[in-house]
Amino acid sequence: MANSGAASAAPPVVSTESSLHAARWIGFTTIIIREYSRIVRIWGQTLVPSAVTAILYFVIFGSLIGRRVGQMGGFDYMQYIAPGLIMMSVITNSYGNTVSSFFGAKFGKHIEELLVSPLPNWIILSGYAAGGVLRGLMVGAVVTIVSLIFARLPVQHLALAIAAVLITSLVFSLGGFINAVFGKNFDQINWIPAFVLTPLTYFGGVFYSVSMLPPWARALSHVNPILHMVNAFRYGFLGVSDVSVAGAFAIMLALVVVMFLVALNLMNRGVGIRD
Amino acid sequence: MHALSVRGLTKTYHNGVQALRSVDLDVEQGDFFALLGPNGAGKTTLIGIITSLVNKTAGTASVFGYDLDAQLERAKSCIGVVPQELNFNQFETPLTIVVNQAGFYGIPRPIARQRAEQYLRQLQLWDKRNGIARGLSGGMKRRLMIARALMHEPRLLVLDEPTAGVDIEIRRSMWEFLNEINASGTTIILTTHYLEEAENLCRNIAIIDNGRIVERDRMSNLLRGLRTETFILNLRAPLAAAPQVAGFVLTLVDDHTLEAEVSKDQSLNGLFAQLSALGLEVLSMRNKVNRLEEVFMRLVEHRGNSG
Repeated sequence: MANSGAASAAPPVVSTESSLHAARWIGFTTIIIREYSRIVRIWGQTLVPSAVTAILYFVIFGSLIGRRVGQMGGFDYMQYIAPGLIMMSVITNSYGNTVSSFFGAKFGKHIEELLVSPLPNWIILSGYAAGGVLRGLMVGAVVTIVSLIFARLPVQHLALAIAAVLITSLVFSLGGFINAVFGKNFDQINWIPAFVLTPLTYFGGVFYSVSMLPPWARALSHVNPILHMVNAFRYGFLGVSDVSVAGAFAIMLALVVVMFLVALNLMNRGVGIRD
Repeated sequence: MHALSVRGLTKTYHNGVQALRSVDLDVEQGDFFALLGPNGAGKTTLIGIITSLVNKTAGTASVFGYDLDAQLERAKSCIGVVPQELNFNQFETPLTIVVNQAGFYGIPRPIARQRAEQYLRQLQLWDKRNGIARGLSGGMKRRLMIARALMHEPRLLVLDEPTAGVDIEIRRSMWEFLNEINASGTTIILTTHYLEEAENLCRNIAIIDNGRIVERDRMSNLLRGLRTETFILNLRAPLAAAPQVAGFVLTLVDDHTLEAEVSKDQSLNGLFAQLSALGLEVLSMRNKVNRLEEVFMRLVEHRGNSG
């Protein structure tokens, strides 16, 4: 082992404000590159299952049962559920990516690679959240392609659809991060997806319009943020929504802010990651 | 300016364990510094606080003048750390691990790739760069963590038992490498259970026990303070009993081996002269334990007894 002396009293990497910002940007993109590599490396766990699930939903709910349902919101049932199914995969995968990646890093202790680095906590959090958004969008794109096999999808408001999917995936990325911070074992990172996310998604207007529900159930449904997300996204494609689209975006943005601040506070306090 | 300066550093864990009790410590720039102590003495907690893996309860710490509370990013950019436990993603490749680590320190990817080749070659891991890290041997994994810690060319390298579980050949080549890194200007803080390693590599030393620094001195001063050394003598002919030699305490270990306690003011020539006069021929001689180990055991045992 021979040293060329490259380590000779090198000045600190971070020396000026501009290099500080450049260093942070490089750190942020490195986290995203690492997350992207992980998503692609384990593509069988990350990209494929949602596509298979979407096909099953389209075949069973759309093709077999959907024929008997007829129209919903003025569209074929298959068309009506397609945006919801895309959003469902985005929600599940954004959440799943952050929770499994961050918890895995805690469990394998390689989160320490980031914790000892000069990257501030908000950059680490943003990097993981962006990784979750990336997977959400990748899977969302795959499920959209699957949807197009089964249904023609008009696009009424493309910008709104893109904004809805981006903000939703960010909300659930941050949610996954918070879950991973608190999670002490693999059981604990599965509780929220199984007992909270899945019921909220199924009652979030993916498969039906809440206008079909009795008044009390309709009112209760409005408390479910996923209803607003699914409808904002559906509005982007089909131009129909059970909720106020502006209200839906306000709820989503508020959730992003609140969840980011909660996650950052947990990181700053070192909950679950520092002794 | 010190490479590391800590004042009143205190850590009490949630379970009430006081790992550090108002520790004061300075490490000079360019030093090769040993931080020794028995298990649970507080070494890893101290390193954890310096590298911000552990939240301190009280006190201050600065690295090259950068305060860990007020200038954390700048302080951390000066530090490279090789932890005691493996803490890289075992499913990634060594090349990915070191290049990503450089990225976390703001090193652009093209430079990171050049450095990755440089350090992976120097640590004899270049051939393994594209395999899964889980498949590396224990010694290779340790070397990978050293390469990773050097990727941002830190001014202070903290090594927490870097050679644990590494065979002697690799260990010696790692010592040589670390000496070269230190000679090129990098300050090194080393904790180790191999006291021979600390004695050979380090110029200054602190011994920590029960959360307090119990000794802080130059290595040479500390070793000079050793009052007696114990030697093992291998004899050509067998003995039935330990010989009586004036001024020395000899113990028969087995029929061919004597243990001799020699105090600081005694000459080994005197011992050998008397053994020769008795017709005993010594084939070889070695320290029973290395000198630092004797100092360490006395300091730690003394505190244990008095505590």
